[in-house]
Amino acid sequence: MTASQFLEVDNIEVLYSQAILALRGVSFRVEEGSIVALLGANGAGKTTTLKAISNLLASERGHLSRGAINWRGEITRALDPADLVARGVVQVLEGRHVFPQLTVEENLRSGGFVRRPSRRALADDLERIYTWFPRLRQRRGVRCGLTSGGEQQMVAIGRALMTRPTLVLLDEPSMGLAPIIVEEIFHIIRDLNRNEGVSFLLAEQNAHLVLQFADHGYVLENGKVAASGTAADLAERDDVAQFYLGAAAAGTAAVEPVQTTTV
Amino acid sequence: MSFFVETLVGGLLAGVMYSLVAIGFVLVFKASGVFNFAQGSMVLCAALTFVTLRDKGLDFWLAALITLSVMVVLGIAVERVVLRPLVNRPQITLFMATLGVSFMIEGVAQIAMGASVHELDLGIVDTPIEIGGVQVSQFDLAAAGTAGILVIALSIFFNKTRIGIALRAIADDPQAALSIGIRLQTLWQIVWGVAGFVSLVAGLLWGARQGVQFALTLVVLKALPVLIIGGFTSMAGAIVGGLIVGAGDSLAEIYLGSLLGGSVSTWFAYVLAVAFLLVRPAGLFGEAPIERI
Repeated sequence: MTASQFLEVDNIEVLYSQAILALRGVSFRVEEGSIVALLGANGAGKTTTLKAISNLLASERGHLSRGAINWRGEITRALDPADLVARGVVQVLEGRHVFPQLTVEENLRSGGFVRRPSRRALADDLERIYTWFPRLRQRRGVRCGLTSGGEQQMVAIGRALMTRPTLVLLDEPSMGLAPIIVEEIFHIIRDLNRNEGVSFLLAEQNAHLVLQFADHGYVLENGKVAASGTAADLAERDDVAQFYLGAAAAGTAAVEPVQTTTV
Repeated sequence: MSFFVETLVGGLLAGVMYSLVAIGFVLVFKASGVFNFAQGSMVLCAALTFVTLRDKGLDFWLAALITLSVMVVLGIAVERVVLRPLVNRPQITLFMATLGVSFMIEGVAQIAMGASVHELDLGIVDTPIEIGGVQVSQFDLAAAGTAGILVIALSIFFNKTRIGIALRAIADDPQAALSIGIRLQTLWQIVWGVAGFVSLVAGLLWGARQGVQFALTLVVLKALPVLIIGGFTSMAGAIVGGLIVGAGDSLAEIYLGSLLGGSVSTWFAYVLAVAFLLVRPAGLFGEAPIERI
């Protein structure tokens, strides 16, 4: 591989609590302006990979035991999560993780703090988010814990966008949401990608859905990259569908994403 | 009737003194989810430092300034040395750590500044004045005013400033706060610094009222029912809880004391707190956990 200008994950191993090897030599790259899907079953290492990139592993007693991650040519090992956010890499955690006692608007504003913008700039950014997610404008004064699952996912994404990222690491955006909301969220992601040039690295179990939106895909299995290719290629490959995405993906994929409906 | 009103007002004003201590708890709890048992020792430490400096002949404001720096540094040091290495540990671990810190502060303060009781004079005259036919202590009024200003200032801080909102965000979900670039450690230092300041205010007022002595650390025990009644996460709750405890204490002492054989005020607040735990566990103004069903 030649030196990438954007994100390059080079042969990383991640160890939890000095004992559990969650990743065993994962390598891939994300090109600027693209949407990349990270696929795989539960426990394959998707979340671990994202947290390794955003440097959030330490809070779960994990660390990078081998390999390196390059962000725009800089090794990220010694950076704080906040440093990475300031450099344009932000993660939307699995399960949304909004601040339940803060209002929707306070949640969104909190994402802007890292850049220390002026009052005016912060208000402008907020306006931008409300344009992307008009539904949130109506709910701006509501405590976030009282909003629906779909709204919370929008808050989580909107809050991350308030940091003005160039790369968003999105962990399981479809989890626990109704198909129609998932569809809406994915369309917003694609619009953000096309119109604002934001790149996305999406971890998803719902391969059928995510491959419609992504440019590239990597399939993780037991902490290793088991398959990779363009999204169109991966969607075509039977072996990928059967062995790594579950046999269900081939036949009943359209209804498979919904585990519980909370909207 | 006027006797009743006088008892009530006296109780309410005494209750504000408890609120002052409770505010320090709320501050740290709201921002980091830590129940800081050392708050009482910090109150004592503030009063003791101030009194020692005054006894050495220092000017009032200079002594206050030095004490303030000592308290802010102490607060930051506790965060840095004790709590930071314990990040991501269970709540009970953090609580036990603050219990340890509490004994450390008491012990060191005793070694450094002696264990004798000091008088503390803030220059507030304590002659009762009459307002609308009711005798009110001027000192209590001053204390209530101070507490009021403190609460308004802190409420603005938490609800309007970026640092305040970030602190509430951390209290809600530290991992999410980290993920959007909020620097936890910097903000925790700020909040412990502010807690140091609040304990200075409480220490001076309590010290002036009771004399500076080691029994001051026991105000923590009276702040506990205040917190349970008002809610651990609410500044307004700390004030209202204090008022309820203060008024309840003095009214119960006067009107139930003779029936129950006296000393009602030593336990009344705790019974009230238990009742609240049964009926409204988050307290009057606390943030009830939002659960998705």
